[in-house]
Amino acid sequence: MKVPVSWLRELTSLPSSVSTEELAARLTAFDLKLEEIIGGRITGPLVVGRVLTAEPEPQKNGKTINWCRVDVGPEHNEPATEDVPAGRGIVCGAHNFGPGDLVVVSLPGTFLPAMGFEIGSRKTYGHVSDGMICSTAELGLPGDASGILVLEPGSAEPGADAVELLGLNQETLDLEVNPDRGYAWSMRGVARDTALAFGLPFEDPADIAVPEAEAEAYPVVVEDAAACPVFTTLRVSGFDPTRPTPAVIARRLVQAGMRSISLAVDVSNYVMLELGQPNHAYDAAKLKGPIRVRRAAAGERLTTLDDIDRALDPQDLLICDDDGPVGLAGVMGAARVEIDDATTDIVIEAAHFDRATIARASRRHRLSSEAARRFERGVDPTLQVRAARRVAELLVEHGGGQVEPGLTVVGEVDTRREVVLPVDLPRRIAGVESIDTDAAVRALEGNACEVRVDGESLVVVPPPWRFDINDPYDVVEEVLRVVGYDQVPSVLPQASGGRGLTRAQELRRRVGYALAGDGLVEVKTFPFAGPADFDRLGLGSDDERRRQVLLENPLSAEEPGLTTTLLTGLLRSASLNVGRGHDDVAISEVGRVFRPRSGAPAAPIYGVDRRPTPEELAVLDAALPDQPLTASWVLLGDRERGGWDGPGRPVAWADAVAVARRLADVLHVEVSVEAASLAPFHPGRCAALVLDGRVVGHAGELHPKVAEAYGLPPRAVAGEVDLDALLAAAPEIGPRPDFSAFPVAKEDLAFIVESTVPAGALQQALAEASPLIESVRLFDLYTGEPVPQGHVSLAFNVRLRADDHTLTEDEIAGARAAAVQLAADRFGATLR
Amino acid sequence: MSAPNSDYDPVEVTPLRADEVERMRDEALAAIAAADSIEALKQAKIEHVGDRSPLALANREIGALPPQARKEAGQRVGQARGAVNQALTRRTDEVEAEEFERKLAAEAVDVTLPIDREPVGARHPLTTIQDHVSDIFVAMGWEIAEGPEVEAEWLNFDALNLGPDHPARTMMDTFWVTPESAAMVLRTHTSPVQARTMLTRTPPIYIACPGRVFRTDEPDATHAPVFHQVEGLAIDEGLSMAHLKGTLDHLARAIYGADITTRFRPSYFPFTEPSAEVDLLCYVCHNDSAQVADCPTCRGEGWVEWGGCGVVNPRVLIACGVDPERYSGFAFGMGLDRTITSRYDIADLRDLWDGDIRFTEPFGIGL
Ligand SMILES: [Zn+2]
Repeated sequence: MKVPVSWLRELTSLPSSVSTEELAARLTAFDLKLEEIIGGRITGPLVVGRVLTAEPEPQKNGKTINWCRVDVGPEHNEPATEDVPAGRGIVCGAHNFGPGDLVVVSLPGTFLPAMGFEIGSRKTYGHVSDGMICSTAELGLPGDASGILVLEPGSAEPGADAVELLGLNQETLDLEVNPDRGYAWSMRGVARDTALAFGLPFEDPADIAVPEAEAEAYPVVVEDAAACPVFTTLRVSGFDPTRPTPAVIARRLVQAGMRSISLAVDVSNYVMLELGQPNHAYDAAKLKGPIRVRRAAAGERLTTLDDIDRALDPQDLLICDDDGPVGLAGVMGAARVEIDDATTDIVIEAAHFDRATIARASRRHRLSSEAARRFERGVDPTLQVRAARRVAELLVEHGGGQVEPGLTVVGEVDTRREVVLPVDLPRRIAGVESIDTDAAVRALEGNACEVRVDGESLVVVPPPWRFDINDPYDVVEEVLRVVGYDQVPSVLPQASGGRGLTRAQELRRRVGYALAGDGLVEVKTFPFAGPADFDRLGLGSDDERRRQVLLENPLSAEEPGLTTTLLTGLLRSASLNVGRGHDDVAISEVGRVFRPRSGAPAAPIYGVDRRPTPEELAVLDAALPDQPLTASWVLLGDRERGGWDGPGRPVAWADAVAVARRLADVLHVEVSVEAASLAPFHPGRCAALVLDGRVVGHAGELHPKVAEAYGLPPRAVAGEVDLDALLAAAPEIGPRPDFSAFPVAKEDLAFIVESTVPAGALQQALAEASPLIESVRLFDLYTGEPVPQGHVSLAFNVRLRADDHTLTEDEIAGARAAAVQLAADRFGATLR
Repeated sequence: MSAPNSDYDPVEVTPLRADEVERMRDEALAAIAAADSIEALKQAKIEHVGDRSPLALANREIGALPPQARKEAGQRVGQARGAVNQALTRRTDEVEAEEFERKLAAEAVDVTLPIDREPVGARHPLTTIQDHVSDIFVAMGWEIAEGPEVEAEWLNFDALNLGPDHPARTMMDTFWVTPESAAMVLRTHTSPVQARTMLTRTPPIYIACPGRVFRTDEPDATHAPVFHQVEGLAIDEGLSMAHLKGTLDHLARAIYGADITTRFRPSYFPFTEPSAEVDLLCYVCHNDSAQVADCPTCRGEGWVEWGGCGVVNPRVLIACGVDPERYSGFAFGMGLDRTITSRYDIADLRDLWDGDIRFTEPFGIGL
C-alpha cells in the first residue's frame, strides 16, 4: 500500500515534529512494514526549461545525440552570445522532444535520488553539458520511463521550480500489508493505526452522514446473497464530464501508484484509497434494466476493461444488466457501461462480496486489480452506503450536478461476534509481565474493539473491518502490537531432553564424510529433469526411470518433472566442470529421487477441526511417490594425478565400484557385485550392487555415447545407490572384532579358468572352502602365454588360521586341497 | 717369550720406561682420535692395539723384568692399554654414528616437492550448515525431524491453517504435482514436518527440521527454485513469545557469535499467532554507529532479516491433535542458503547449484 505522507498527516493530528522516518519506523513496529520511502529527497536546482534548439549529432558509436540550447529562466541562464541565445547547453540522448517543448532540467548541483548522484557539468560528445533533461524515471515518477518528460504547453514558465510543480517534494510510504490486515489497504485504516501508534485521537473519515433515502436509486437484483451480501447504488445527475480532476486528487492517485484518468474515475479510485471500499461508476445512460448480480452461465464470455475476452466459469460472480454482464464482480468492469467524456448521469455501485468468491475469480482469470486485492483481504462490510455517498459528494463538489435523493440498499451483514479469552492470556502468551488487564483493554479499544471484563474473562467485540480477530490468540497479537514486540524478554526454555541424532541421521553424516574422504566433492543440483535428459542417458523407451512425477507448473518445458536419477544433475555438473577446464573431476551428490507409485490414489484433503486418524494418515502417505535418498557419483580424468614421482592413474570402472564398496563398508553392510548391463553404463563394464539379494544400485564405466553426449572424456565412470536401502540394512552396532592369536599359514594358489568365470565369485567360493581359511585375496590376474586362449590365470593369497591351536601340516594341506577341489568342481579351475 | 734376564737393570729396559709407555699410549690415542672412518680405525687398531703394536710388545717385555719391577711396569702398561682400548671403543661408536648420520644425510629428499596426487574431497556448505545447526539444537536437548519433499497438500497447507482460499497460499509460488487433483505439492517450507511430528508424537515436543524446500522462482543471482530452511517447533506447557525469543537469541549466538542478538517485528503467518519477523543484529558492523552507514551486509540498517516466527496458532494444534488448552508452543524458520551467501560474501546464488568443484572445495569437510 502506497501511502502519501501529506494525506496521512491530514487524516491524523500527527505533530509536524514527527519525521517521515520516525513515522515509518513506528508503523513498521505496528505490522505495517516500510518497504521504502518514495520521493521527497530531491535537492538543488530542478527547474522547468524550454528547448530553444536541438541539433541531432550522429556519433561514432552509432548513437545520435541532441545538442540542445535550453532556456532555464533568467536566474539560471548563461548570457546570450553572438552564436547562441541566453540558456544552457545540454547534451541529451533521447529524441521524443523538440524545440519549443517544456521539459524538466536538473542543473548542476541537483541531487536526484532515482539516479543516486549529484548532477554536474560534464564534458561529453565534444560539448560541455551543463545539466540534464530529465525522464520520468530519472525524476522517480511512475509511468512511461522510455523518454523525456514533456510538460503540457503553457503549464509553466522556464525557470519555475519543477519540484513544487510536479509535487516531487511529496513523500510516499510504501508499506507492506500482511494478508490478514485488509483494513490497511485504505488511508482510513493506516490513519487509525497511526493514531494508535502515536497515542493520538482519531477521527474516522468514514463518519459520513447519509440522509434518509426517499426512493430507489437504481434497481438491483441480487441472485446470490451469499456471494454478494450487500449491494448499494446511488445516483448523481447533471455531472460535467469535462471538469478536470483537482490537482491534489490527481497527485495522490499517482503517489498511490494509480493513473489519473478522468474526474469520475479518479473520484471513484480516490474513495477506494481513502476508505478502502472499491466502487464503480456506471454511465446511467448505458445501463439497460436493473443491475443483476448472478453467477456466470455456461459458455458466457466477458471482455474486461483490459481488453481481454474471457471465457467465464460458472463459479464467476457477475454484475449484469439486461444486455448481459457488465463486470466481473469485485475484480474488473467492462467497457460497455463505463463513464466517458459525454457522461452526465452516473450510477455509483458500492457492494460487499464474499472474499473467497473474489479470490478464486481473480486467481482463475489471473487478473489482479486494486478492487480484487481489497475484496480478497476483506473490506468493511458496513461501509457501502457511506462510501457511495462520499463518491457522490466528491463528484458533485468537483464536477457539478446533484446527488439524487434515492438510495438502493440490497442486503445487510451482521459481523458482530464476541471473542472470549482468559484475561491473563495476553500476558501468558506474550510472556510480557507488564501486560495487565488495563493495558490489554486500552490496546484493544485503540483497535476500535468493544471490550468488557467479565470476571476472569475478557469479552472482545472486534470492529466489522477486522476479519483477522476471531480467536483468543488473535486478540493477544493486537495487544502485543500496541504494547510493543520489543517488550518481549528473552527466556531460554528447558527442553525435555532429546535423544540426540537418530541412527539414520548419524549414518548419513558418515556417508558424507566417507564420500569426501574418498576425494569426492559434493555438489547440489536441482531435481528437475525431462525426456531430453533421459535420452542423453541412453535410457530405453520402456525404462522405468522415464516414468516421472510430473509438475503442473514446471519452470521449463524441457524439465517437466522430478528426476528419477541423480545422474541427470550430476552429469550436467560434470559437463560444466569439464567445460570450465577441469581435467580431473570427482563429484557426488546425496539427495532424493522421485518415483511415481503406480495406481496411487489422490492425497485426501482432511478437515482441520480434529487430528486425522492413524488410518487416515496412512492413506495420505500411501498417495505420495517413493522418494528414496540416493547417493550418486561421477569420476573422470585421473583418479590420482601424475606428478614428479610417477604418472597419473586414470579413472577406471573399478573406481566407481570402489566408492560403492566404501559406502557399504562404512555402514557395515554386505554389498556384493554382479555383472549387469544397464544404461547409462558401458554394457560390459557395469556392476549391479546387490544387498540381501536385491539390486540397490549400479556402478561402472559410462557408455561411450553417454560420455560423448555430456562432453566428458572417454572412460568416465559413475555410480548410484539407494542410500535408504543401505541405511535400513545397517546394523545397530557394527561387527565385533574376531581374530585368533595363533600363527597364520600362507598359501598361494594360482588357477587357470575360462575368462567367463567371475573372479569375484571364485574368490568368494575359495573363502568358504574351509573353516580354516581366514581370507582370500586376488593378487594377480594374467592372460597370455602359456595360459590358453579364452582362459585367464587368477592367483590368490590364501591365509589360514585356527581359533584355538597352531595348524598342523596336515590341516593346511587338507584345507588347500578342499579349496582346489571346490574351484575345480564349481568353476572348472585347474591349478597352475 | 724370553727368559728373565737378571743382568738387566729393570729401569733400564727402554720400552717399559714410564715416559716411553706414555709416548706409546699418546701415539695410540692420537691415531685413534685421528681416525675418521671404520677403515682408519681398523688400521689404528692393528697398529696400536694388535699383537704387533708397541704396547703389546712392551707388555711382553714385562716378564723379563725382575719380579719386584714387574708390578709397577705391569700396572703402567696395563693402564696405557686400557686407556687405548677405551678410546678405541668410544671412537668406534662415534665413527659408526657419524657414518650412519652421513648415510642418512645422503638419503635427504626435497620435502618441498608438491604432494598432490590424492584427490581432496569436500562437503557442500549447505550440507555442513545443516549439520552445524542440527548440532546446536541437539545440544539444547532438541531432536531433528525430517519428512518427504513431495508432500500432501493437506500437510503443506490446510493443517497449517492455510485454507484453500487463503491469500498467503497463492503467495507461496507452489509447484503442484500433476494432476492438480492428486493434491500433492513440492513442499514450500519444512513446516509439514512439524505437523507430522505433532500428529505422531505427544508433547513435550522440541524439534528442528532442516531440509530442502521448493518455490517456483526462476533461478537468478538472488533466487532459486530450490533452497534450504531450518524450522523449529516447541510444544510444551507454558511456552510463550519470551521462550521463542530466548531460543532465537541462543541460536543467533551459536551461529553468529556471542554478541549477536535478535529483535522482533510484527508480521503475519497463518500458522502462528502472534507472528513476528526476526532480525539479527548485523554480524558485520554490529550496528556500530561508526560503521553501520557504509555496511554492505545490512545496507545501513544495523539489522539483517533472518526469518519468521511466532506462537503456534491453536488452529494448527487442533488440526494436529494437540490440546490447545493445555499446551502452547512456538515455531520459527529461516533460510540457510542466505546464511551461506551472506557469511561468505557470495554474490550469485547460482554458484551454490552449478556444481563447479571450485565452489565446494574451499569448504573442505566442515565450515
Ligand atoms: Zn551491518
